[in-house]
Amino acid sequence: MTISADQTAQQPAQQDAASEAVRKFGITVEDYMLPARHQIQMVGPDGTLNPHTEQGTQPGHEYSLPGDAELLAAYEQLVVGRRVNDQNSALVRQGRMAVYPSSHGQEACQVAAALCLSEGDWMFPTYRDSVAVMARGVDPVQTMTLFRGDWHGGYDPSRHKVGIQCTPLTTQLLHGVGVAHAAKLRGEDTVVLAMCGDGATSEGDFHEALNFAAVFHLPVVFFVQNNQYAISVPLAHQSVAPSLAHKAVGYGMAGERVDGNDVVALLAVLGRAVKLAREGSGPLLVEAHTYRMQAHTNADDATRYRQDSEVAEWVAKDPLSRMKTYLTHRGLLDDDGAARIADKAEAVATQLREGLSEEVPVEPLDLFKYVFSTTTPQLKEQSAMLADELARDAASTATASTSKGAAK
Amino acid sequence: MSPTVTTSSEANGNVSAATARAAARAAVEAEKTGPQTITLAKALNTAMADAMHADESVLVFGEDVGMLGGVFRITDGLTKTFGTSRCFDTPLAESGIVGMAVGMAMNGMRPVIEMQFDAFAYPAFEQIVSHVAKMHNRTKGAVKLPIVIRVPYAGGIGGVEHHCDSSEAYYAHTAGLKVFTPATVADGYRMLREAIDSDDPVMFMEPKKLYWSKDQVDLDALRAEHAANTERGTSSEGRAAVARPGTDATLIAYGPSVPTALAAAAAAAEEGRSLEVIDVRSIVPFDDETVCASVRTTGRAVVIAEAHGFASVASEIVARVQERCFHHLAAPIRRVTGFDVPYPAPKLEHYYLPGVDRILDAVDDLQWED
Repeated sequence: MTISADQTAQQPAQQDAASEAVRKFGITVEDYMLPARHQIQMVGPDGTLNPHTEQGTQPGHEYSLPGDAELLAAYEQLVVGRRVNDQNSALVRQGRMAVYPSSHGQEACQVAAALCLSEGDWMFPTYRDSVAVMARGVDPVQTMTLFRGDWHGGYDPSRHKVGIQCTPLTTQLLHGVGVAHAAKLRGEDTVVLAMCGDGATSEGDFHEALNFAAVFHLPVVFFVQNNQYAISVPLAHQSVAPSLAHKAVGYGMAGERVDGNDVVALLAVLGRAVKLAREGSGPLLVEAHTYRMQAHTNADDATRYRQDSEVAEWVAKDPLSRMKTYLTHRGLLDDDGAARIADKAEAVATQLREGLSEEVPVEPLDLFKYVFSTTTPQLKEQSAMLADELARDAASTATASTSKGAAK
Repeated sequence: MSPTVTTSSEANGNVSAATARAAARAAVEAEKTGPQTITLAKALNTAMADAMHADESVLVFGEDVGMLGGVFRITDGLTKTFGTSRCFDTPLAESGIVGMAVGMAMNGMRPVIEMQFDAFAYPAFEQIVSHVAKMHNRTKGAVKLPIVIRVPYAGGIGGVEHHCDSSEAYYAHTAGLKVFTPATVADGYRMLREAIDSDDPVMFMEPKKLYWSKDQVDLDALRAEHAANTERGTSSEGRAAVARPGTDATLIAYGPSVPTALAAAAAAAEEGRSLEVIDVRSIVPFDDETVCASVRTTGRAVVIAEAHGFASVASEIVARVQERCFHHLAAPIRRVTGFDVPYPAPKLEHYYLPGVDRILDAVDDLQWED
């Protein structure tokens, strides 16, 4: 590792980013930083491609259509993601999982978040981003360990460069900032995608993370999935900013807004954001408009705070059906292709069912094993106490079964 | 007499000449080997500099730690020596500092971060409690967070509000954090090196009133000791120290209270009472062995701490000693702590802080007549 003496230049980094944009696009600083006047959409809810002029006409907000292979791969992940969401919700109903915050309806955001990254990049997800975590390559059953309740995490974050799914809102954005900062000091070209929801933008760490990333000019793409509700509280109670993407300009970074149910637009917008970040633009903020089709978790009752009519409106904007229509129309997807993808999704669902139905024995002494890397005398003492209790329990169970046997 | 007026260019010349002389003096000082008298501040500063020389992944950051060298000057000169990539100022946001340190540690760095004052660390509490303390456990050891969070703490400096809190109990109560607090100049160096070496996160509580306390130490000997410990895989982590041997009663203290306890022991000696003083050094892990060995010998104990007594580290020490030494005790263990009131204004703090007299009163109460 070589850290150069003065990389953490605290020179006006934001001006560098902005002037770079001005040079690159021939636009004003404000044009660069402010989001497009309308959210970027490429494929409309009915599955037809918007005319090129409507896809993004403003200078600095022009996006190119992703390639066919990328679109097909995204569709496959969408179908898998939907199946994963519905399978997991079913497993919760069957009592085989403690809780599952479903991203049903948000699969386009989930899939694009994973597909826009390269192998060496990092993702920092929230509790609702299980589908993104799996799409990044983490084993589905390991991903679900957290929600099954046998441990507070099931995968090694460094293996797939995916932070542990985070519940305290936006705290993980700062971890993403730190990962990016360390990478930058070593001269690596890592990009970090740091994810949060609309309600989370009210948290203090949202502000601190965006500001740190901007001041240190770090390659972080902040990705806000605006699904309209923070459990029950609608966005209007969180923010009266023109859009969440507009918040970027206050930090001296570029913001963009995109139709979060249009995976084509998401791939284009996130893809370009990651590319710019890798090229040294500094951080960017992308807000995706989407909708949480189901309740916050199985413990929530969404009918108490939103109308069925509103949910119905969003059914018509479903990310899967529009992509299927679009790809079919383009001749990229036929019945065989659709069947092959459905099989793949079913295989993942089977893996989840089987993996999560398996009774994994918990090891009580693990309670003490990982608190520290070098344990303490106090934990050794407590571990010995529990071990003794377990031994006595085992002995009395053995005695009971012996005497029961003798009585027969 | 007319005042001496110098032109600005002359003044600048004088300043730079003075700076050059200071730098030369510092260079001579740095080359000095053998015992020398230095402050706790200098010992901490040297520990960080040595760790940064030894390992490029050691980074120092926080508020005003760069060009200024920290409001207490503990990071003095580190930016100059190691550059702004390795010792730098952050935006003024404590949660941001700790949260960024978590990510840096996840990505191969060993951050040593400064919270400017005890009470200014509270915005970072969520990051410390929810992530710094838990990440290793959540990931079954896959993610190690070798972070040192330096906190100048406790009072006795005439500080205005929010500058004198004893916040150690919050951290000690949180599973997954180690909590160290040095009381001597040599321990300042020794324990900070050990904290930086630790793969576990360490809350490094620095008694701010002792920053300018001086002692004669041999830095080269401390460096050699550190090197030898590293080679053997040993350390003083988690060990209390007998700061003054005695036979009649044990005073158990840590951080800023250790010199007060030593002063009380010296006063008691004049009255013919021999008090042993234990410097706890490491609150987590806690050295039951050393503390209890002393109490079993003396049969009497007083625990001294600046923090509020209710639900405190002092309470925990009393409970632990009582559980382990009950049959050796000639009297109930006494506590001399801060009152359960918000840390007082400067003109009132001496009423609040455990002092020699209050400690000696507590010692007098240890049922000597029985």
